[in-house]
Amino acid sequence: MTSQERPLDGSAGALGGDAGANAIADATAEADGGGTTVRQREPERTGEPLLAVEGLTRHFPVRDGLGPRSVVRAVDGIDFEVRPGETLGLVGESGCGKTTTGRMIVRLLAPTAGRIRFDGRDITHMRGRALRPLRRELQIIFQDPYSSLNPRHTIGKIIAIPLQVNGVRPEGGIKRRVQELLEIVGLNPEHYNRYPHEFSGGQRQRVGIARALALRPRLIVADEPVSALDVSIQAQVVNLLRELQRELDLAFLFIAHDLAVVRHFSHRVAVMYLGKIVEVGERDDIYRNPRHPYTRALLSAVPDVDAPGGASGRIRLAGDPASPANPPSGCRFRTRCWKAQDICATEEPALIRREGSAQLTACHFPETEPPR
Amino acid sequence: MSLSPADDIALSEIGPAGPQSQAAGEQLVGRSPGQLAWARLRRDRTAMISGAVLALLFIVALAAPLIERLYGVGPQQQFQNALDSYGMPLGYSGGVTGGHWFGLEPGLGRDIFIRMVYGLRTSLFVALTAAVITTLIGVAAGVVAGYLGGWVDAVITWVTDFALAMPFLIVALAFVPTVALRFYGQREAEPALFRVAVIIVVFALFGWTSAARLVRGQIVSLREREFVEAAQASGVGLAHMLIRQLLPNIWAPILVSFSLAVPSYVTNEAVLSFLGVGVVDPTPDFGAMIFRSISYLPTDPTYVFFPGVTIFVLVLAFNLFGDSLRDALDPKSSR
Amino acid sequence: MAPPVPEPDPAQSQPYLAVRDLTVRFDTEDGVVRAVNGVSFSVRPGRTLCVVGESGSGKSVASLAILGLHNPRRTRLSGQILVGGRDVVGLDEKQIRTMRGRSMAMIFQDPLSALHPYYTVGRQIVEAYRVHHPSAGKAEARRHAVAMLGRVGIPQPDRRFDRYPHEFSGGMRQRVMIAMALVNHPDLLIADEPTTALDVTVQAQILDLLADLQSEFNTAIVLITHDLGVVSQVAHDVLVMYGGRAVEQGTVEQVLRRPQHPYTWGLLASVPTLRGDPDADLTPISGSPPSMINLPAGCAFHPRCRYAGETEGRSTTEIPLLRPAGEPDHLVACHLSDADRARLREHEVTPTEVA
Ligand SMILES: Nc1ncnc2c1ncn2[C@@H]1O[C@H](COP(=O)(O)OP(=O)(O)OP(=O)(O)O)[C@@H](O)[C@H]1O
Ligand SMILES: Nc1ncnc2c1ncn2[C@@H]1O[C@H](COP(=O)(O)OP(=O)(O)O)[C@@H](O)[C@H]1O
Ligand code: SF4
Ligand SMILES: [Mg+2]
Ligand SMILES: [Mg+2]
Repeated sequence: MTSQERPLDGSAGALGGDAGANAIADATAEADGGGTTVRQREPERTGEPLLAVEGLTRHFPVRDGLGPRSVVRAVDGIDFEVRPGETLGLVGESGCGKTTTGRMIVRLLAPTAGRIRFDGRDITHMRGRALRPLRRELQIIFQDPYSSLNPRHTIGKIIAIPLQVNGVRPEGGIKRRVQELLEIVGLNPEHYNRYPHEFSGGQRQRVGIARALALRPRLIVADEPVSALDVSIQAQVVNLLRELQRELDLAFLFIAHDLAVVRHFSHRVAVMYLGKIVEVGERDDIYRNPRHPYTRALLSAVPDVDAPGGASGRIRLAGDPASPANPPSGCRFRTRCWKAQDICATEEPALIRREGSAQLTACHFPETEPPR
Repeated sequence: MSLSPADDIALSEIGPAGPQSQAAGEQLVGRSPGQLAWARLRRDRTAMISGAVLALLFIVALAAPLIERLYGVGPQQQFQNALDSYGMPLGYSGGVTGGHWFGLEPGLGRDIFIRMVYGLRTSLFVALTAAVITTLIGVAAGVVAGYLGGWVDAVITWVTDFALAMPFLIVALAFVPTVALRFYGQREAEPALFRVAVIIVVFALFGWTSAARLVRGQIVSLREREFVEAAQASGVGLAHMLIRQLLPNIWAPILVSFSLAVPSYVTNEAVLSFLGVGVVDPTPDFGAMIFRSISYLPTDPTYVFFPGVTIFVLVLAFNLFGDSLRDALDPKSSR
Repeated sequence: MAPPVPEPDPAQSQPYLAVRDLTVRFDTEDGVVRAVNGVSFSVRPGRTLCVVGESGSGKSVASLAILGLHNPRRTRLSGQILVGGRDVVGLDEKQIRTMRGRSMAMIFQDPLSALHPYYTVGRQIVEAYRVHHPSAGKAEARRHAVAMLGRVGIPQPDRRFDRYPHEFSGGMRQRVMIAMALVNHPDLLIADEPTTALDVTVQAQILDLLADLQSEFNTAIVLITHDLGVVSQVAHDVLVMYGGRAVEQGTVEQVLRRPQHPYTWGLLASVPTLRGDPDADLTPISGSPPSMINLPAGCAFHPRCRYAGETEGRSTTEIPLLRPAGEPDHLVACHLSDADRARLREHEVTPTEVA
């Protein structure tokens, strides 16, 4: 499907009229009512990927005090794909390069090397005006609900600006469209004249989602959209994103550090460590049978409400992640890995399918037994 | 307990930022940040009193011709007959009478009150125009430098530093007479407005730097906020980014710096007049009046008193109002 | 790692910290913020009390009040806070200062802003040590500080001693904070979300460390968090706060396994887990947290509570008081009758526990 085929005005499409809005509003009500289980829809797994990233790299030159110039390898050659209507979860510890990846994909940052293909087009080196049409299809939701909304704009204005600057004239006027969007994300449409400071964190995050939806994108990069929210509110926002995906056939790159949240929203999952993807595959493969030691440690470190006093058999990693300015040779995880051998220091493990599992794993000695 | 920042943390952690200010906001339905600031300003006594004083002085300045008509005396009118043979005003305390409320100038015998009314006009005109121009230049330079960064920032910062390094008074002392001489010869009388314009140009040349620095700093920190990236991701252009996204967020510091710049131009203009490179007689002006009056201090203190007190009140009111404005716009700094 | 649960020996079960009817109010321009309303709890030596609740529910304010770290001019404080038998409410700054560090210490969420950027971490720990050991010499203080840094798991502590806070990673800084808080072996440690800013792998290390240090020094710990997973891992007792009030308290078993308050049910249901059906929607609590200036009348939770209608209108008019919830020491503040709660809990909580 090309961008021309997608209706850009308010007359058609899932988001177009009141019908679409009401359908989603109903779904929200139902979900809030508890009890009823709305199952996640299986995306189409065939056909061209919507987003394909090859060898994506970003290095930041830094000068530490008076020291020599060095380079932070924030993202160091990663490959992945996102198919239409699918969520790819990207997890990893802070500083491993998740945000940098997301910003490169929406072209807020220029990659140092590598290629980004969106819908078959190479968008890696697009600049200025050429980016305009792309912005409509590729949007981003930010982590911090407090700094991501301009405090001097009403929320109506915040949502209307993407429409205005892209010359979109929805049927019924911009104001109506904004109110529709507010309704879709579960806010009172009467509130379009209020300022961000009058809303709670969860409500602000909904405004950010409405802004990202305004241009009816096909892919949304969601950079830790629920990390700053309380659990009860976090569940509201995750449910909203899932509903939007169901109704609008959206693809997501869902960045998070909370593995439990990622599990509830992703079809596939990629695990990052120090600028590299160490494991990627179908959600159930990753969660049921993680093969990379880091994935395993990460999963076992998640505190479990249902296991008081902590479960036994928890893997405790020693030390902190190494610095991306000076990553270890060979496998980057080897400084904290309990399985490391000599080869781990000399040879970088490739991200390939390993004997006995479906996902791709970058480890010389992948785990074989499923965890208890 | 200098090494235990715990106390500061404790207070900053529960400071007014964050969730509770938003919880509070829930009550104040539909009020913009500007409206909230206005409400705070209205509750501030100092702001209201200094604001009223300023308003009064502005009205007096604007209504000068009307006051002249009601008062019945013009600024250039000389009352030589009310002076004694030494040129000193007759009667008590500098010739204060029902007809000349603040007395008469020694020497020329002009009415001090009406000259002050017109002097206020000159001073406020110079100070406000200079403040508007410097703020405009400073904001433009600061926004562009702060947002674009890179070499643009480097060049603008260098020019700012250069302007800051020049000694203001020395340049003014050299510049004003030279320009005057260049346009009007040795003997021609230069029109009053020309001198005023030259003074404003001198102020503009020097004054924009502080606004530029302030604005640049603000923009640099705003640039880090995610809403800037959100706007970029929506595809907004540079003009939209600067004018519609960033500028509305720095109104507060701009207003404050403006309201604090005005009094400093009032005093600076007085200083220039004092040094003889400011507004020249016969144009009524505060600085020039005080300059002339100083030599009469022992013999006619009233002459010094009225212009001195008025300029003091004017500058004080402006500064107090500026500080209150800062508190109202940025409640965190005061609480 | 399970924290060792000390046997509740009645002879030594004298609580080290006892808070009774604590109320904290702030006067602001927009009105009175009632941050904490009549909260009571106690912690015995060697035990951990977890305080949970959403953002703005008064957790931090309550803990800062214990350490006397509130601004006395804008805060109105009432009730009783007994630390080691001594009431700290109404003590002046000087007296409270002598208690900080020794009788009670605090760990903050953001270690970078709690450490002074211009002093080496070693110097900061030494300084903290010498507040309570004024006669200690330089070398002795240094020895203590280095030992403490080693104790919290910082490799090569004598070399790290002379480093500045910004040269440490987030987890390391949190360890430094802990070392600084523990250098005087305080009897009470208050930790305000000590791991929220950290990654799960580092969080696990820090929680282990706290448990180890606790069993070594028999410290009473108050740990503030909103992560129920953490609670389940480290708590002995739990206090659930909503809108500045305690809505449920009891042992970790009672509160997490047999919760009695609809808010606790909602919290437990909304946590995404690694078990359960990943394709099902999560079960959030609808609505948003209340404004602390204008708390809803009656039970502050009623606008978000699904069962507010089943209390014959009492939820909207009458503030529910904490009362026994059936088991000893288990308290709940809800108008629903015991029978109703038992019935509703079946339907509320059980579905989320499917593995
Ligand atoms: N100095 C203050 N002045 C006015 N209100 C305050 C002040 N400090 C805290 N509050 C209010 O008291 C309430 C409780 O705040 P507190 O910081 O204890 O929340 P919390 O439970 O620790 O939340 P979080 O999980 O976000 O840390 C909030 O509504 C807050 O707005
Ligand atoms: N503008 C920048 N200059 C220098 N280093 C940066 C910059 N942005 C990010 N980094 C570094 O790159 C690494 C990855 O950062 P980021 O993508 O933000 O991590 P994450 O989102 O996974 O927490 C970190 O070490 C970070 O410090
Ligand atoms: S490659 Fe070696 S060091 Fe890396 S994760 Fe596998 S075993 Fe560990
Ligand atoms: Mg990030
Ligand atoms: Mg807190």
